[in-house]
Amino acid sequence: MTDAQGGERRSFVTVEIGEQLFGIAIGRVREVFAPERLTRVPLSAREIAGVLNLRGRIVTAIDMRSRLGMAPAPAGSKNMAIGVDHRGEAFALLVDRPGDVVDLDVAGLEPAPATLDRRWASLVEGVFRLDDRLLLILDVDRALAASAEPVAA
Amino acid sequence: MQPGAGAGPVDDLLKDFLTETAENLDLVDVELVRFEQEPENEKILGNIFRLVHTVKGTCGFLGLPRLEALAHAAETLMGKFRSGALATPDAVTLILGAIDRIKDILAELERSGAEPLGDDQDLICELDVAAANAVAAPKAEPGPGRPLKPGEVSLEELERAFLEAEGPDLTPANDPEPAAAAAPKPVEMKPAEAKPAASEEVRDGSVAGQTIRVGVDTLDRLMTMVSELVLTRNQLMTHVRRRSGAGAADDELTLPLQRLTHVTAELQEGVMKTRMQPIGAAWRALPRLVRDLAADLGKKIELVTAGADAELDRQVLDLIKDPLTHMVRNCADHGLETPAERVMAGKPETGTIRLEAFHQGGYVVVEIGDDGRGLDVARIKKKALANGLASEAEIEKMTEAQVLRFIFAPGFSTAEAVTSVSGRGVGMDVVRSNIEQIGGSIDLRSVAGQGATVVIRIPLTLAIIPALTVGVGGEVFAIPQLAVRELVHVGGGGEHRIERIGDAPLLRLRDRLLPLVRLAEVLGQAPGQATGAEPAGGENFIVVAQAGEDVFGVVVDDVLHTEEIVVKPMASRLKEIPLFAGATILGDGSVILILDPNGVAQALGPAREVSAARAAETVEAMEADDKIALLTFRAGGQAPKAVPLALVTRLEIIDAATIETANGRMMVQYRGALMPLVPASHDVVARTAGDQPLLVFVDDGRSVGLIVDEILDIVEDRMEISVASDIPGALGAATVAGRATEILDVAHFLTLAFDDWLKRKDRPSAEQDRPSVLLVDDSAFFRNMLTPVLTAAGYRVTAVEGGAAALGLIRLGRRYDVVVSDIEMPEMDGYALAGELRGEPLAAETPMLALSSLTGPSVVARAQEAGFSDYVAKFDRPGLISALTQLAPGYRSAA
Repeated sequence: MTDAQGGERRSFVTVEIGEQLFGIAIGRVREVFAPERLTRVPLSAREIAGVLNLRGRIVTAIDMRSRLGMAPAPAGSKNMAIGVDHRGEAFALLVDRPGDVVDLDVAGLEPAPATLDRRWASLVEGVFRLDDRLLLILDVDRALAASAEPVAA
Repeated sequence: MQPGAGAGPVDDLLKDFLTETAENLDLVDVELVRFEQEPENEKILGNIFRLVHTVKGTCGFLGLPRLEALAHAAETLMGKFRSGALATPDAVTLILGAIDRIKDILAELERSGAEPLGDDQDLICELDVAAANAVAAPKAEPGPGRPLKPGEVSLEELERAFLEAEGPDLTPANDPEPAAAAAPKPVEMKPAEAKPAASEEVRDGSVAGQTIRVGVDTLDRLMTMVSELVLTRNQLMTHVRRRSGAGAADDELTLPLQRLTHVTAELQEGVMKTRMQPIGAAWRALPRLVRDLAADLGKKIELVTAGADAELDRQVLDLIKDPLTHMVRNCADHGLETPAERVMAGKPETGTIRLEAFHQGGYVVVEIGDDGRGLDVARIKKKALANGLASEAEIEKMTEAQVLRFIFAPGFSTAEAVTSVSGRGVGMDVVRSNIEQIGGSIDLRSVAGQGATVVIRIPLTLAIIPALTVGVGGEVFAIPQLAVRELVHVGGGGEHRIERIGDAPLLRLRDRLLPLVRLAEVLGQAPGQATGAEPAGGENFIVVAQAGEDVFGVVVDDVLHTEEIVVKPMASRLKEIPLFAGATILGDGSVILILDPNGVAQALGPAREVSAARAAETVEAMEADDKIALLTFRAGGQAPKAVPLALVTRLEIIDAATIETANGRMMVQYRGALMPLVPASHDVVARTAGDQPLLVFVDDGRSVGLIVDEILDIVEDRMEISVASDIPGALGAATVAGRATEILDVAHFLTLAFDDWLKRKDRPSAEQDRPSVLLVDDSAFFRNMLTPVLTAAGYRVTAVEGGAAALGLIRLGRRYDVVVSDIEMPEMDGYALAGELRGEPLAAETPMLALSSLTGPSVVARAQEAGFSDYVAKFDRPGLISALTQLAPGYRSAA
C-alpha cells in the first residue's frame, strides 16, 4: 500500500481523536457531518456508538475513541462524524474534531513505531512526522473490521 | 450477424436468450420426469421436443456451436421416443445429463459472455448411440407406421416440424440411421443456417404478448423508491399529526395527504405484486432432484405438489429455495424407506413426498411431508440427553412434539449417529435459522411409521411491513405486526397481572400462562434507565408475541403506534445480535431497530420450549405446592391483610383495658412478661375497652403482639405476591381467596418492636438489585418461615421443597446468587444436591449455605467437603442473615 516512490503525494483528512492527530485517506471520506440522533444498538460491541439516518441511509457510527481504547470523551462534548464506505455499507467514524486536509509526499510515510500501543498499531498504516506533531494514518478498513475484543458485556 | 460475436448488438439478445433458455431448461427437467412416468403421453413429449428445439434453434441463431450440437443430439434421441421408441430410464438420464451440460455451458456463457471452450463428444456419442439403439427397441416399426391412438394426430405434425426444423446439420449418418452410427463421429457444424426455423419456433413457443420481461434489478430499484416514498409519506404524516395536535388544523394539507396516502398504498401494493412469483418457481427443480435421488437411493418416490401458484416476494423465494431442496432431500434420503421395507410395513412400494403451499394470514405456509417411517422419538430423546440439551426429568415431561423439536437445536444434527439412524438431522438447525432469518418459523410433526411433515411459515414479503412501535426505557423499537398476537395492559388496577413461578415472570391470559420477557432486561438497559419498568410496580404493557410455536409476552413501558415500516438490513457488523431483524427510519427521521421475535424468544432461556409449554402444565402443580395456610384479618383500610399462618404463634384476644403505654410504646402483660404491641397498620387504633384481637409472634423467646381490628379466616391459598409494595410493613398484594389481600412483612413489625430483632441492611428498593436466594427445604414450615425473613432482609427468595426441584430450576437456566439448603431431606439430601450443583455450569460458582438442625464438627466438615461455603444451624436466624450478607452483598451490583 505504501510504494514509496518519491514525488507521489497523497491527501489526508486530519482528525483529532483524544489528543492524537490521525489522517484518513481523502479518497475514503465521503463527507464530514455532525452526527444527530444516534440510536443506541443494545448488545453491540462497545465501539459501536449506534446507528443514525443520513439522508435515508442507515449509517453505523463507530466511536473511534473506544475503538482505539481511549477514555470516552468528556460528557457534553460535541463530536463530528467522518462518513466512509466499507464493503458497500455506510459507516461514520466519530472523532473529536476534523482538521485540515494535508497533502503529503508519500516518501515521508514511515512505518508505525514499534513502541506504539499494540491496539493502535493494528489500525495504523504508517506515520508522518509533521512539523509539530505526529500524524498517524488510519487504516479505515481495519478500523471498521470487528475488533478482536469480545462484545461488551 | 457474426456467429460467436460475444459483444455489441448481440449482448441484449444474449441476455434474453440466457433468461429464456434457463426457464425453458427448467421446464424440460420437469417435463422429462413426467414423461418418464407417462411415456405414452404424447403431449408431454411434444412439449419437451419443442422446448429443446427452441434452445437448439436459438443457439444456432446466436452462433453457439457447442450448445447447438448438444441440444441437437438430445433432440435426435427424443425424436426416437416420438417415433415410438421406449423411453428407458437410461435414455432419460442421458438426456437430463445433456441438459445439465447445457446449463453448465450457459452459466459460463453468462459469466464470460462467450461459450467456453470444450468438447461434448462424450455425451453426444452416448446420445447418438442411444438414439441408434432406440430404434431397435420393442416397437420395431418406425413411428408413423404404428397404429395411432385417439388424440395422437399431432404426432405426424410434430414429426414434420421436427424434420423441417432441423437446425445444424450434423453428419448425415447421424440421423435416423441405425446401428452404424454407433461409432463416435466428429461433429461438424454450420450454425448460422438455422435462422428461419429457429425464429419461427421462438414465436411459436412464446405466450401471447400480454407480458413483458423486466429486469429484477429494475423491480428492486422500483421497490426501493416506493420504500422511500412510504417513508416520506410517514414523515409528512408525523408532521401534520404534530401540527394538528398543536391546534393548527391544516385542512389544506389533510386532503392531499389523504390522497397521497391512498396512492402510495396502491403503488406499494402494485410494485409488491410485480415482485411476486409463484412459489412453484422455487420448487421447479425438485421433480428432477427427486427422480435422481430415487435412482441413486434405489427407492421409488413420487413427488406430489399442490399450491404451486401461491405467490411470494421473489426475495423471500430466493431465500427459501435451498431450505426446500434440503428438506425434500431429507425426505427422500431419510424419511422414505426402501421399497422392500415399505412392502414389509404394508405400504405401497412407492413412497410419496408431498409439497404443499397455501396462504394463511400474511404468511405462506409450506408443508413438506413424506409417508415414510417418521422420526424416531426414542433416538432423539437419547441424543438430546447425550448432547445435554435437556435433563432426563425434563425430557420425561415433554410432549412428543417438544421432543421432535430438538432436531432444530444447533449442534443436534451434526452428529452422525442421528443422521444415520433416525434421519432428518442434517443441518435442520441451519434450515431453521435460514427460515427464521426471514421472519418465518418452522415446525414438524411426525407419526411413527406414517411419515413426517415439516411445516414452514414464511412472510409474503420482507421489504415493507406493518409494525408496532414500543417504548422501553426511553428507547423505541419496532415489533413486526405479524408476530404480535395481542396487547395486554397490566397494573393500574386492570384485570391482568404478572405472576411468578420461581424466578420466572408469567402472565396469566385467559387459560394460558405465558412466559414473559422484560425487554428492558433483554436489551441490557441499566435499571435506572427504565422509567416505568419497575417490576410489578407501575403499569406496563405486554406485547403477546409469537415466534414459531412459542407464544410469550414482551414487557414494555409503552405502546406507541402501528405504522408501515421499510425494513433495512442490519449492518453486517450488527447482524450477529439475534435480537434485531433490521432497522428502519421513522417519520421523524430517527432510526429505530426492529426486534426479531425469534431472537427475543431466545431470551426465554435455553429450554424455552420446555419452559413455555411446561409453564402451563406445571402451573396447577405449582399452585397446589405453593398453597400455604394464610391467616387473614382486617387491620385498617378496606382490603383484608394476611400473614402466613406458620409464622403466627398464637391468636389472642385480650382485654383492651390491660394495654399499657410506656414511652409511647404499647405493652401488655403476657405470660409473665411484658410483650410489646404493634399496630398492624398505621391506621389501626388499639381499642380502649372490650376485646382486642392480637396476633402473637414468638421468636427467640421474645414475643410481640400485632394489633388488628378483626381476625377473619384461615385460608389455604397461594401466597403469590403480584404487586410488590413500597409501604413499610407490607410485602405486597396477592389474591387470597379471591380478594386482593395485603401480605404483611412480619419481620418489619418484629423490628418495630425490637430494634435489634434483625440486623437489617437498608433494603434496596429495586427488585433486580436484590440478590436472589434459592431456598431448599423439605419442610413447608421452614419455607414459610424463612421466606418472609429472607425477603425482609432484602433477598429475592425462591423456595422449593427438594433437591430435584432446585436442580430443575437451575437447569431451566435460572441463576441465583446464593443457594440455601437444608441438609436432611428425603430423596436427595443437601450433600447430594451440593454435589449435583457443582456439576451445573450455571450454578457451579454459586455460593451455597447449609442449614441444619444437626450440629457438630463432623457435620460441618462434611458440609464443607460437599461444597457448602458456610453452615448455619436452622434456628439461628441472625446467623443465617449474617452468613448470607457475607456471601451475597452487592453481588449483583458488581456484575
